[in-house]
Amino acid sequence: MTDFFETSVGLPYGWAWFLATIIGILVIALPLMLAVAMIIYADRKIWAAMALRRGPNVVGPFGLLQSFADGLKVFLQETIVPTAANKGLFLLAPIITFTVALIVWAVVPFQPEVVLADINVGLLYVLAASSLGVYGIILAGWSSNSKYPFFSAIRAAAQMVSYEVAIGFVLISIVMWAGTFNLTGIVEAQKGLYGFINGFAFNPLLFPMSIVFLISSLAETQRAPFDLTEAESELVAGYQTEYSSMSFALYWLGEYANVILMCTLNATLFWGGYLPPLDWAPLYAVPGIIWLFAKILFFFFVFSWIKATVPRYRYDQLMRLGWKVFLPLSLFWVFLVSGVLMFMRVGI
Amino acid sequence: MSDVHTDAPTRAEEVNARTAVDPAVEKILHATDSAHAEPGDVAIQNYTINFGPQHPAAHGVLRLVMELDGEIVERIDPHVGLLHRGTEKLIEYKTYAQAIPYFDRLDYCSPMCMEHSFVLAAEKLLDLEVPLRAQYLRVFCAELTRIKNHMLNLGSHVMDVGAMTPNLWLFELREDCMNFYERISGARMHANYFRVGGVHQDVPLKLLADIGDWLDTRLPRLFEDAISLVADNRIFKQRNVDIATVSRDDAIAWGFSGPMIRAAGVPWDLRKSQPYDVYDRMDFDVPVGTRGDCYDRFMVRVEEVRQSARIMRQCLNEMPEGPVATTDRKVAPPKRGEMKRSMEALIHHFKLYTEGYHVPAGEVYVATESPKGEFGVYLVSDGSNKPYRCKIRPTAFSHLQAMDFMSRGHMLADTTAILGAMDIVFGECDR
Repeated sequence: MTDFFETSVGLPYGWAWFLATIIGILVIALPLMLAVAMIIYADRKIWAAMALRRGPNVVGPFGLLQSFADGLKVFLQETIVPTAANKGLFLLAPIITFTVALIVWAVVPFQPEVVLADINVGLLYVLAASSLGVYGIILAGWSSNSKYPFFSAIRAAAQMVSYEVAIGFVLISIVMWAGTFNLTGIVEAQKGLYGFINGFAFNPLLFPMSIVFLISSLAETQRAPFDLTEAESELVAGYQTEYSSMSFALYWLGEYANVILMCTLNATLFWGGYLPPLDWAPLYAVPGIIWLFAKILFFFFVFSWIKATVPRYRYDQLMRLGWKVFLPLSLFWVFLVSGVLMFMRVGI
Repeated sequence: MSDVHTDAPTRAEEVNARTAVDPAVEKILHATDSAHAEPGDVAIQNYTINFGPQHPAAHGVLRLVMELDGEIVERIDPHVGLLHRGTEKLIEYKTYAQAIPYFDRLDYCSPMCMEHSFVLAAEKLLDLEVPLRAQYLRVFCAELTRIKNHMLNLGSHVMDVGAMTPNLWLFELREDCMNFYERISGARMHANYFRVGGVHQDVPLKLLADIGDWLDTRLPRLFEDAISLVADNRIFKQRNVDIATVSRDDAIAWGFSGPMIRAAGVPWDLRKSQPYDVYDRMDFDVPVGTRGDCYDRFMVRVEEVRQSARIMRQCLNEMPEGPVATTDRKVAPPKRGEMKRSMEALIHHFKLYTEGYHVPAGEVYVATESPKGEFGVYLVSDGSNKPYRCKIRPTAFSHLQAMDFMSRGHMLADTTAILGAMDIVFGECDR
């Protein structure tokens, strides 16, 4: 698009690049917000169906506009800042969460060549940006100057750090196997496994890691059974307790944007991203973005399904799972994968 | 039923070690506080948080002041009384028939079982014979109430440890119970159905048939479905097994009753040990736990639901025809039709609904096995038409006093599981 502005419109390169990037960001961020609104609706509907309820069905046809009605409602409410809160940080925290949830999308490939920033260390960027997400929560919990949010902030910090370690090692396995940090490169590396199937998850060596990654991504996005930071039976609403109106909605949006992101990463890293499941020519007639969305929706359904089914871990059990099960397992797998790769390339 | 436990008593031992206040340990703890502080030491205070009364897991209006060391509970101070309505005093100013609705509002999750204790106490003072059909109906309704209560408690216990769906499935059944309540008594919750001398009115045959149908089809299907989601669930077990283990002796010493004491391994059930109404004719088992932890309490209640269904089926099979209230017209009102024809009946009706009946002087304590435990009524009569004193022995109060003892050394998240397994309703606790 930079070319278009430079040659057809006649702007200098700097301006053309700037305009193209802004448009690229909007083209991703606006549909993403829409997707978040609809995915919240989908989440509630799936959850309701599993709980023998109807779910939202009043606003708009089949309740489709429920999220927008909710959005309008919180938008019109007053933002209440507790007197004891650190005002600046209190208002900054949801903005951090929301921003961080959005910036990771810059490196997600939607189709071959369709990616905002095709950087060669895309996966490192994902890790770095998603690690920043915890700041929004810690700041919220601390700046609220209230006891339950503070608890939640401590839990969130410990939880996200623990599971990021496991995620890191899982990604190392993937990177070694794919031979690149670039997300598009990783997707392309999944093409034609055994000559007919696309996706690392179909590789028996990497399949266990796809499970570890799926569970860790639940923990990373604080979905059930790892929703300790907002466990309403223990911590009321966790770090969001003191938040209201738009600042609350930013958390809501950021959280779901993160959930979609994690679903996308699951699809991209293990299940072939924008590639069709089978390496069969007619399937490539369907645009890659459709395949990607189908996979994202599938993983989102899995997320909702888990949320509707399982109880919540206790804090120490969560830590045990992270440090005593996933960390050693993924560490061992790094060793195993590198060993297999060495064997394949060099021989004994 | 409770052989499903995993091994590893390590955590329980650890907890017991913490629970027992060893003087030596106490001394060390205090020593580090102030006396032997070295320069540069920082005294760390416990984190005190206020759990409730406006807390999603406070089961109504419980307020717990918790002292936490990190997430570990050091001390819990339950504050009760926020729902105190002076029920006992109010009853002193009401005739015996007018007192019954107050009992519905004690434990509003099992209203008919609350009425049961009171009417039995009044009948004992009156030395009244209750017709067999009425006794069957009362037992039938009491067991329906037990199912209704356990649906709520099992559901909310599961929700307290974080799972939402089973709760909503069980609420489906609770809704059925509510509908049956409405068809029996006319009210979904506050039934006011039991009367001194029997019950208020007979139930239609169609209703009994419908409930029988429900017991055979819908209840087992939905109930077992919902329980299968959690009873063998790893996470649910991790959250409940070995949490707040209470030994036999402790359970007795703290005055536990109902599922709480049975989970601790004491087969104590008032329906068996001192049967009232027609419980002596019923064939049912009393489930007991083996470890006395939250999981046992949960499973004891699960089994009780099945046993209640069994009792209800027996009631349906054996229930005789006949009057549903005593024919003593000094206590129970005459039929409407009779009232239109007989002067005597009209006078009885008038006297009963204005003055009420006089109960011979005396005092009596009657306890029944309510879904939550021993629910007792201590009634003192001075021979007038109103109770001189009506002391209510709630189950929740004695269970709640053990909250501190049970929670010590556990984590914050465990307190909600403990509270959920305790089955507390504040209408009854605060009275």
